[in-house]
Amino acid sequence: MTAIVKQERTPEPPQTRAGYVFPGLGHLLVGEIVHGVGLMSLTGLVLIAAVSGLPSVVSIIATPSGLSKHGLIALVTLVVSVGLLWRTAHLRANPRELSEMEFNSNREVFLRMMRRHTTGMLGWYGALFFMLLTLLTPFLAPFDPDTIDVGPTVLAPGWWQHVGHVLGFRAEAATHGFFEYLMGTDERGRDVFSRLLYGARISLFIGFLSVSIAATIGTSIGAAAGYLGGWIDRGLMWVVDFLLAMPRLILLLAVVGIVDVGGVWRLFLIICILALTGWMTVARIVRSQVLSLKQQDFIQAARALGYSPTRIVFRHLVPNAMAPVIVYCSLAIGGTMLAEAGLSFLGLGVQPPTSTWGVLVNEGRDPLRQAPWISLFPGIAIMLAVMCFNLVGDGLRDALDPKQRT
Amino acid sequence: MSAEPQVGALLGILGFVAILLVFARIGGVSMTYAMKRIGMAVPLVFAVVTFIFILLELAPGDASTKFLNPDFPPEVRQMVIAKYGLDKPAITRYFIMMGNLAVLDFGRSISAERPVWDLVRTALPNTVMLSGVTLAVAYPLGIVLGIVQAVRQGKPTDTAISIASLTFFSMPSFWFAMMLQLFVAYYFSTWITGMIDAGTLPGFFSVFDFDVTGMNSNEIQMAMAVGDDVSWLEWAGDVGHHLLLPGVAMGVAGSASAARYMRSSLLEVIRQDYIRTARAKGLSERVVILKHAMRNALLPIITLMGLSIPFMFSGSVLVEQVFSWPGMGQLIVQSIFNQDTPTIVACFFVSTLLVVTGNLVADLSYAMVDPRIRYD
Repeated sequence: MTAIVKQERTPEPPQTRAGYVFPGLGHLLVGEIVHGVGLMSLTGLVLIAAVSGLPSVVSIIATPSGLSKHGLIALVTLVVSVGLLWRTAHLRANPRELSEMEFNSNREVFLRMMRRHTTGMLGWYGALFFMLLTLLTPFLAPFDPDTIDVGPTVLAPGWWQHVGHVLGFRAEAATHGFFEYLMGTDERGRDVFSRLLYGARISLFIGFLSVSIAATIGTSIGAAAGYLGGWIDRGLMWVVDFLLAMPRLILLLAVVGIVDVGGVWRLFLIICILALTGWMTVARIVRSQVLSLKQQDFIQAARALGYSPTRIVFRHLVPNAMAPVIVYCSLAIGGTMLAEAGLSFLGLGVQPPTSTWGVLVNEGRDPLRQAPWISLFPGIAIMLAVMCFNLVGDGLRDALDPKQRT
Repeated sequence: MSAEPQVGALLGILGFVAILLVFARIGGVSMTYAMKRIGMAVPLVFAVVTFIFILLELAPGDASTKFLNPDFPPEVRQMVIAKYGLDKPAITRYFIMMGNLAVLDFGRSISAERPVWDLVRTALPNTVMLSGVTLAVAYPLGIVLGIVQAVRQGKPTDTAISIASLTFFSMPSFWFAMMLQLFVAYYFSTWITGMIDAGTLPGFFSVFDFDVTGMNSNEIQMAMAVGDDVSWLEWAGDVGHHLLLPGVAMGVAGSASAARYMRSSLLEVIRQDYIRTARAKGLSERVVILKHAMRNALLPIITLMGLSIPFMFSGSVLVEQVFSWPGMGQLIVQSIFNQDTPTIVACFFVSTLLVVTGNLVADLSYAMVDPRIRYD
């Protein structure tokens, strides 16, 4: 029955070779707009942009000092993402391949719920966009982020005067191009847009890595406390309560301010500290989940089969306790990024010249009135990224909630 | 070292405990339980202080190398080291510090050359005022918004408030504070001042001139410094004027999270059977929501409020920094930069007490809102 309905909904696409390379082209030729054409056009646009910019792409990857690592990563990302885009467009335009999927398993139900969650998907695409942005940075950034005097110091973006005209503040007439310095330059004549793009990399990296570490620590400790019980449980939970009793930001300040290391070590210190102050909630969630799961029949069965505690915990308990952890983590990425930004804002985060969004906001603090663009845009970037992760978290929570399943 | 700061600290803590006990009494919680919970703060404070001390000892250098300019002659450094006993072994200093803390003597701040209690006594009320006023306005506002959202679920009002609260929730507080400074305290104030000068607006509108930092305007500070009589009302008005922007910067995130929690928890409650029963009895929607649903929906919000008492500390650090508000946040940041052990320890002491209080107040309020919960 369902198969018939599906066939009615999606007319058979003309089977041409062109239709295979460019899904939906056959429909387009006979004047029909089908799913996937939009995505396909996007793929085409990206490809055209990449090919037309080929000389600069080559010059970014093959620098005078050898092959650029970041350039290569960007190239791989570009190829992979174009390929994925093409495949998605193909699946959309030829839904017969989609219809082979069965909507039965828990995972499929979750995926279906998630796809239906508009704001959640919006956040997901936004987060994806930010991640792509960080990987493609070398192709997108017009200038080197750390080179000073790429332009005049404290130069307003070319479009700034027009905004000023509308909003009623006075801005000097720009002599440079409209989009030449998209977000202006800072006090040392560095391009804010390039710094923002390169800063995204560090900010997102810190957010992801420290939350992953925190989730790992929290899951292990929570599972151990919940499964073993007794004095181990009491001791671990005392540590959790102890760490939760300290205001996080002040603890971060104390540790990062006191332990004075530079360079890459500082980045790792910040990631570790953010992770070590962020695992407690995960531990509590996992512990309470494990405590209720432990009593269920399938764990008794696993015990009766003589499985080792390690196997029971990691193969049976933890996977079943993961749903709320995933939700918490996607929400925590935003919070961690905000914490990192706060640290950098106080001058205790990653040290200049490395830029993160927090560092950029801090750099714009003194010339705030003369050059608001220096801290305006990094702040908006933080806000949008955190918002995307929060939307994903909300979406996941709704999609994983068994009460809302249909 | 005079006995006065100790008396002050002791009175402060006793007053604190007394307020908590009165609170417990009103909530109908047994005194033994409340005392036991308050007593649990002691080992926690002990552990936190020890932890921080160890951390400070592990760090390279000491206060004398951190806040003294390298150009100072070595004799000065030696004097500082001798005066504060920085040359003694760590374990000796730890026991001296713990002994002093046991009688609530926080010692002298190394960088400020004043008793730490003096610093805390001036900074703490400012922070409590800023965060207290903020929380007192932000949370009720957030709760009301959350109720409105839940009642109008799926309608444009709900969507609009959702978008707004998500935006404010995702915003870095310090950046928002800076934008307030830029757009309200600079562009808007300049515009207002211009209008007043041009005679378009009456002079009264100068209250909207928010070009402010710190806690008091210069005139009031001067008047107080030379001993002029500043009326209470004048002082309060001035502080309120200075409090508004930092308060908004800190409060929007609190409002937003309260609204988010309130919405979801009320929606959860509204689905329950007893709400259907209440509606079936023919009660008005207002009574159903405000009397039947809200009391249960408030429980998670109370936890949130209790947990946000330490946020009064950490949340205000950044905003205080932007607005130069002379509170605990500035004190903590300064003392960490100077590696001023006594001050850092005192700050953590106070903040741990606040955390314990927050949790206790949350638990006690539980019992007040929900009579089914009893603590013995």
